[in-house]
Formats: sequence, C-alpha cells, structure tokens
Amino acid sequence: MIGVFHPGSSFLHRAPALLKLGVLAVLVATIALAGSPWWLGAASVLVIALFAVARVPFALAWRQVVPILWVLAFAVPLQVLFNGWEAAAVMAARLVLAVALAALYTLTTPVTATLDAMQALLRPFRRWIDADRVGLALALAIRCVPLLTELVREVLDARKARGAEGSVLALAVPVIVRSLRTAEHLGEALVARGFDD
Amino acid sequence: MSEIGFEGVSHDFGAERVVDDVSLVLRERRIGIVGANGSGKSTLARMINGLVTPSTGRVLVDGLDVRRQGREVRRRVGFVFTNADNQIVMPTVREDVAFTLRRHRLEPADATARVDAALERAGLTDLADRPAHRLSGGQKQLLAIASVLVAEPAVVVADEPTTLLDARNARRIAEHFETLDQQLIVVSHQLDLLESFDRVVVMEAGRVVADDVPRAALDAYRALIG
Repeated sequence: MIGVFHPGSSFLHRAPALLKLGVLAVLVATIALAGSPWWLGAASVLVIALFAVARVPFALAWRQVVPILWVLAFAVPLQVLFNGWEAAAVMAARLVLAVALAALYTLTTPVTATLDAMQALLRPFRRWIDADRVGLALALAIRCVPLLTELVREVLDARKARGAEGSVLALAVPVIVRSLRTAEHLGEALVARGFDD
Repeated sequence: MSEIGFEGVSHDFGAERVVDDVSLVLRERRIGIVGANGSGKSTLARMINGLVTPSTGRVLVDGLDVRRQGREVRRRVGFVFTNADNQIVMPTVREDVAFTLRRHRLEPADATARVDAALERAGLTDLADRPAHRLSGGQKQLLAIASVLVAEPAVVVADEPTTLLDARNARRIAEHFETLDQQLIVVSHQLDLLESFDRVVVMEAGRVVADDVPRAALDAYRALIG
C-alpha cells in the first residue's frame, strides 16, 4: 500500500480491484480457519504460484514478507512454549500466507484502483457516508507511512548527533511536533489542490 | 493574463501584523516576490490561492473574491509549496498527478491523457510508476509542479520552490518555469531566478517597499539587506 505497486500485464494486474479484494478476503478467512498443515501446505503452493503468475521478482516478494518474520521471531517461541511446536508452525504459516496474499494485492493493484473500488463499494451508502472522503482518508493514511518513517529516521539521527540516544523525550517531542506540523502542511496542500470541503 | 488585486490587505497572526495595508495589481506574466524571513511575502502569496484569508481588505483574482469564491479561485490558481513532500499525497508519481483530477470528474481517457501530458512536460514519464516518496528532491518538486499543472490553472504561485534544492536541481526547476505558459508568481530568496522576470515586489515588515522591474527592485532589496 505504501508505493510497492509493481507494474505488469498479468491477469492479476488486469483483474478488477473489487474482485481481488473479495478473493483476498475469502482466501485469508479460509487460511485463518484451516488447521491442517496439509491444507496450509497446499495454500503455500497456491500463493507461490500466484506470485509467479504476477511475475513479481523474488527479491521484491521477499521484502514484503520480511517484516512479519520479526513479529514471528517473538511470537513463535511463545507459542511453542505454551501450545507446542505444531500450533506455532500453523500460526506462523497462517500469518506469512495472509501477509503474502495482501502484499500480492498491493503489488498488482494501484492505490487509485483501490480507492475507486472503495468508492464503488460505498456508493449504496452515499446518503450516510461520503465515499470521496473515505477514499481520501485512506490515501492519506497510506501516504503517512513513508512520511512518518522518514520523520522518525531524521529525529533518530538528530538524537544520536546530540548524544542523547537513550532519551525518550528527545525522540517523542520532535516526532510529535513535526507530525502535527506535517499534518497541517498536508492539509494546506490538499486545500490548494481543490480538496477544500 | 489574470489580474490579481490586493485592496488594502492586512493580515495578523495573533498580535503580530505580518502583512500591513498592501495594495497591488498584478497583471504581468512573471512576477517575483522577495523579502527577508518574516517580511510577509509567503503570507501574501498564500492569499492569492485563499490558503490565508486577509484580516482586512480584499484579494481578487479576475474579479473573484478569494474569501467568498475560494473554490473557483483555486481552480484558476495552482500553488507549489517549498517542501514537495508536503504536497505529495499518493504513493506513485502517476497516481499523485492523477489525484489532482479526482474532483474534476473527467472521462478516464481524458484524465489519462492530461496526466501523461503533465508527466511528459515535467520529464517524469520514465518515473511514472516509481514510488513518489523515493524520488530525489528535484524530481519531487517537478512532480509537485506537474500535479499543479495537470489541473491547467491560469496562474501558478510558487512559495520558495528551490529553497530546499541543490544548485543543479534549482536550475532545473528554474528552466522548467521558463517553459510554462501560465502566469507565474514566485516567492524566492534566489535573486538570480527572478532576474529575467517582468516585475519584482520587495517586502519588508509586511509592507511593499519596492515594486519595479527586476534590476531596480533587486538593487533596492540588496541595499535593504546590506
């Protein structure tokens, strides 16, 4: 969602975003309910095949899954400790597969297509929900991830330069102040681009 | 060219008066605004797009009152910010340019054609599917300008568009500005950028202290800052 769209012409790229979102929801729900390692093994083969069909380079696909491995590094030992290795393996497989499928969606779908799909989905509720506004909020949430990542990185560098590595205050205060200022600037830019209601 | 009028305009931030009784009519094609930090030049520029509304007085763009007809004014006046990062909303270059047109309700083919044209003009066609936040500073500023130009405004206001850029990228933006058909109003500290303009307004402590052709106005500004 944060700019990892990988252009291509596979059928996964061409499929309507709304259809892909629906299939994604069904597959993730199925994986969440599947308790047998055999079923999860079959799901793994399916996911790998889908990545191959979409012609996503291995390195790019791997980068999408790596962040969840950090979570698993903490979660798996706890699961092994309390529920045994089999439950830990099933939990890890479910998480990795769900993240991989979500990543496959974002790699094959431009954010604008997702916003259009959201708006189409919300159209029947337009009396109560402003679909444009929901779409804009989603776009901004996506945009804020790299923006805040960069901001935190700069503040961490500045904190290190001042020799205050351990100080929570030296991290929290500049991040909060700059986040609020960034939000204000972003709002101003939206008004300037005509999103002023 | 559009006619931009400031009629007895003042603006206060709290107890501080940042723009003080300014009256101007801007009709030239390329207009520069210079002044020291805190002189009120950015506030004055923001009033043209309605980002700031004056505490007293009126700002008119082609007869439209910015305070009361802000939306129509913003369709005519595009605004480029100092920090392009604050202006980029969508993840990829193409999507960010297209985002501007979401409220224009164009046919998809027309929107695509306009986006392609804006990208080509900015020299960003090859980067169209790249993540916008991973572009260089100069490329981000070109993207910000393309995102403004795709709406085909009559006037482009740029608030210190080259301040955060190195000399090469600043020159690239300046060269890009030279190719624009739109009326251009640039707030800048980089005086060489304004030397080829038609008119330069010098601000000091919220007031216009010089308003002339670039050579005379920039000489007055240099004398002012010593």
